[in-house]
Amino acid sequence: MADQKLLQINNLKLHFRTQSGVVQAVDGVDFELDYNRAVVILGESGCGKTSLAKAILRVLPRNVHTYSGSVVLDGTDVMPFSEEQFRHDVRWSKMSLVPQAAMNALNPVLRVGDQVAEPAMIHMGATKENALEMARKMFQNVGVPADFLVRYPFELSGGMRQRAAIAMALVTSPRLIVLDEPTSALDLLTQANIMNVLKRIKKSFGTSYILITHDIATSSELADDVAVMYAGQIVESSDAHRFFTAPLHPYSRKLMASVPRLRAEVEPEFITGQPPSLINPPKGCRFAARCSFRFEKCDQEPPVFVKEGRQVKCWLHQ
Amino acid sequence: MTLNTVTEAVKSGAPAGAAKPPLLSIQNLHVWFELRRWGFGLAGYVRAVDNVNFDLHDGEAIAVVGESGCGKSSLMKTILGLNRPLKGQVVFNGRDISKMTGKDLRWYRSQVGYVQQDPYGALAPFMSIERILEEPLIINGVKSKEERQQRVRKVMEEVKLFPVDDYLTKFPHMLSGGQQQRVVIARAMILGPKIIVADEPVSMLDASVRVEILKLLRGLQVSHNLSVIYITHDLSTVRYFSERIFVMYAGKLIEKGMVNDLLGNPQHPYTNALLTATPEPDARNAEIFQEVPAGEPPSLVTPPPGCRFHPRCSQMIKGVCDVEIPPDFEVSPGHFSACWLQKPQ
Repeated sequence: MADQKLLQINNLKLHFRTQSGVVQAVDGVDFELDYNRAVVILGESGCGKTSLAKAILRVLPRNVHTYSGSVVLDGTDVMPFSEEQFRHDVRWSKMSLVPQAAMNALNPVLRVGDQVAEPAMIHMGATKENALEMARKMFQNVGVPADFLVRYPFELSGGMRQRAAIAMALVTSPRLIVLDEPTSALDLLTQANIMNVLKRIKKSFGTSYILITHDIATSSELADDVAVMYAGQIVESSDAHRFFTAPLHPYSRKLMASVPRLRAEVEPEFITGQPPSLINPPKGCRFAARCSFRFEKCDQEPPVFVKEGRQVKCWLHQ
Repeated sequence: MTLNTVTEAVKSGAPAGAAKPPLLSIQNLHVWFELRRWGFGLAGYVRAVDNVNFDLHDGEAIAVVGESGCGKSSLMKTILGLNRPLKGQVVFNGRDISKMTGKDLRWYRSQVGYVQQDPYGALAPFMSIERILEEPLIINGVKSKEERQQRVRKVMEEVKLFPVDDYLTKFPHMLSGGQQQRVVIARAMILGPKIIVADEPVSMLDASVRVEILKLLRGLQVSHNLSVIYITHDLSTVRYFSERIFVMYAGKLIEKGMVNDLLGNPQHPYTNALLTATPEPDARNAEIFQEVPAGEPPSLVTPPPGCRFHPRCSQMIKGVCDVEIPPDFEVSPGHFSACWLQKPQ
């Protein structure tokens, strides 16, 4: 099928129960991702982007209130799958996660190589030797010397540990990797290195990425598409070229204007106000309170308008 | 007030300030930490700061840029009087602070405000905002409750925590990251310091809030004629919020210069690598691979001989760079680079 996408998400919702009410962390998210593409999900902290990653991979905490919508992976809707089936057929083997601060998520008392080989043993039924061999190859791909396989996490630098975490996500050769802030805790040069590694892997294995980040400048290193998330919803999705030159949604524009530029004479600006509470989000457009283009219609929630292949949730683009 | 007018104001003030003795002068500073074997015998030193020299003038903002582990936090802590240097001096207003004790040291600390990296970690969770801001005043012997409350209110207005009454009784966890960082800045400001040391003040904050906090710091710098030492790894923000940049690598300042000189005409290969690796939001980035120097920063226990960057440098001159430590070469007035490539012919 020519038009089959790798991932199609429709009306995905993930709400949490808390003491002060139901938090609508992911509230009706739709998006698509093609084979061998990278989509960047941009947003401020608390906009629900990590929850979106968790919802896609079904790594859920206990206090889930609502979890609904459809996640179609490779033409199969995986939402009706039982937990056991999902764990067996989807997670790691078809899509894997590099969690936030993954470099600190390694088990301190196990050798790095064993940890990287483990998913291959469990999900692909590989023997220990085969799995270690696969881990060795993956280490090569991410640029970690092979003799690091027998080291413990504390013997590796932050950048090396981050690479090991990426190697672990790759070892089962999934089609899709969800990366949650993969470089935010790293130094500039290490960050550039990791981005190079991710680009190389995408080229040679045809892997797709969902990159979740708040770092707009770094995200452009990898992005084919960009989706901007605000208060639990995606407010704009576009191809990267047109997004970075001219974002459509007022929030995206402000976000872009807040990036300090090294090479251009533009003074960065900040966005006044705060994002709305996700317990009781406003009735109309969720950005209205901070928007300088606000007009009457903004009190009704805007639908998603399509403009030359780009989607934007704002009445200005009706 | 835009940043450009701020920069102009500071620039026009700079020549006058340069003629005066510097407010803070760091001379030949070595901060080495002892490594002990079995708790006794000296096994070596971690050379966190190795022969650093610079002057800081009244009302000037400088940025120290470097990767984690390059010694920038050790430098900062020595300036704050938290570390004792092994050799060298930190001279504030003509007095060496490394020899200060007791009362003198307390006075010095009231002159230097500290803005921590992680605002939530820096604020005591069981204290209200009022109490947090009052604490330095109590310690420094402001006896009258009324005066303390007045000063707390004044400083909160300065950092734009409006309306003040709403915030006084709140606890840190009730504030957003940006508001918490304002409280931290207010606490650093409350004793009326001459210098503010800001250690990555915005790295824990959201992109949209970062600029707001940096602009606030810049505004305070101008209105109070403060000197600011801004420690960061992010070169793209430095440009808007400081006059001079010092690039630090493996315990040494390898390049120093005015913002425009250093960013417009970088000399040291390491500075160049940092600048190349700083991305701009541009979709074309996705199509190219970045050039990054191989390897990682060296161990500070056994640093490489000669220039500390030579094992990673693509322009290394054999027999020079790996033998002798490069001195500071003055490339243009006020712009120094510690690299043999800049040796005058």
